[in-house]
Amino acid sequence: MRNFFHFIIRNHFILLFLLLEIVSFYMVVNYNSYQRASWISSSNSVSGGVYRSFSDATQYLQLKQINEELAKENTYLRSQLPSSFKDSKDYFSLVYDSLNKRQYTYRTAKVINNSVNKHFNYITLNKGSNNGIVKEMGVISAKGVVGIVKDVSDHYSSVITILNTRLLISGKLKESGFFGALGWDGNDYRYVWLNEIPIHAHVVVGDLVVTSGFSSIFPEGILIGSVEVVERDKGESFYRIKVKLSVDFKDLSYVEVMSNKMKEEQLNLENSND
Amino acid sequence: MINRLPGYILSFFVLVLLQVLVFNNIQFSGYVNPYVYILFIFILPFETPGYLLLFIAFLLGLTIDLFSNTPGMHTFATVFIAFVRPSLLRAISPRDDYQPGSSPTIHDYGFVWYLKYTVVLILVHHTLLFFIEVYDFIYFFSTMWRIVASSLFTLIFVFIAQLFVFKKDKSR
Repeated sequence: MRNFFHFIIRNHFILLFLLLEIVSFYMVVNYNSYQRASWISSSNSVSGGVYRSFSDATQYLQLKQINEELAKENTYLRSQLPSSFKDSKDYFSLVYDSLNKRQYTYRTAKVINNSVNKHFNYITLNKGSNNGIVKEMGVISAKGVVGIVKDVSDHYSSVITILNTRLLISGKLKESGFFGALGWDGNDYRYVWLNEIPIHAHVVVGDLVVTSGFSSIFPEGILIGSVEVVERDKGESFYRIKVKLSVDFKDLSYVEVMSNKMKEEQLNLENSND
Repeated sequence: MINRLPGYILSFFVLVLLQVLVFNNIQFSGYVNPYVYILFIFILPFETPGYLLLFIAFLLGLTIDLFSNTPGMHTFATVFIAFVRPSLLRAISPRDDYQPGSSPTIHDYGFVWYLKYTVVLILVHHTLLFFIEVYDFIYFFSTMWRIVASSLFTLIFVFIAQLFVFKKDKSR
């Protein structure tokens, strides 16, 4: 026993080193495989608080630009009001029907932390479960798809963005309707890749890429980006399409978190097929 | 030693805040990111006992991880350089060894010594960090490029910090 203690005391430096490295490696691995350890993400209250006060201080610098964006969105929304359509009884009628109930609800949230330069990028929002946000809600901005809520605490939530090599989003070509998986390759934060589009599909540079609506997180037709380059490797029967994102991730300030009221219903139905 | 404690605590907080609020937002050419917070491991006095060095590194890495959504990654790399530091200091010690009361700065041991000291630790730290982050050897060359470029920027900031902050400390 004494020898054992002597051994520990003599080699305490190496033993402590190994212990600490095992603890941190455990955190890395645990996080990667199960995405637990959520207490140590930036949605926890300490780091969330620091980020919030910092972004409160710096947001004044962006006010002008945010105003412009809001004004643009206002005009867009106004153009969609019933009053901006010609109201003719012939083809337009409102019937109250419980099936026409609103399926998606939106909540605005402010981005208080953001990164684009890692392989796994996340953003932090200033709203959490107290504001009704739960895991796996979709996040969009005025310009297009941003990501999916990964963790929530009481007042903050962290969002896994398209710029994260772990996230794949189902997208489709707006013109032709062919769908595939969208994912990031970890290089340029302005581009993602759309795979699994068969080579008999007609793809033109500039075609819009939108969400497919298959995932129950995003509704169909939300803009993701536009086709920039179409590649085809020899012997492959699928295109590799480089998509320019419509959202500028370096410049995110306000986003909308959307909840799908019928998600449970859809998932239950789909699971009952197995 | 004890009267220098508040200074070290202050620089811990300053470096962490600088890292998460400023340097994590600097992105030269898209994906080059300097990690200047490890400067805190460099400035610790020669007499720091090994176990304390490891614990401080663990705490420092964990704090950075807390802010950047990367559980364990910074902790792993930072604890590793804390482990390497004593052997490195022994390997590059000047002929008449380190003087008591001196600190690991350019001012005390010269430019070449400081360059050797920081380059090795920065390279080790960044190599570990970036490979753990990627978790894969597929992107080997792009990762190597990120390591070299980020190390260079970290090194530049570490030297800038030497020229400004610590001279003032000396004259006190």
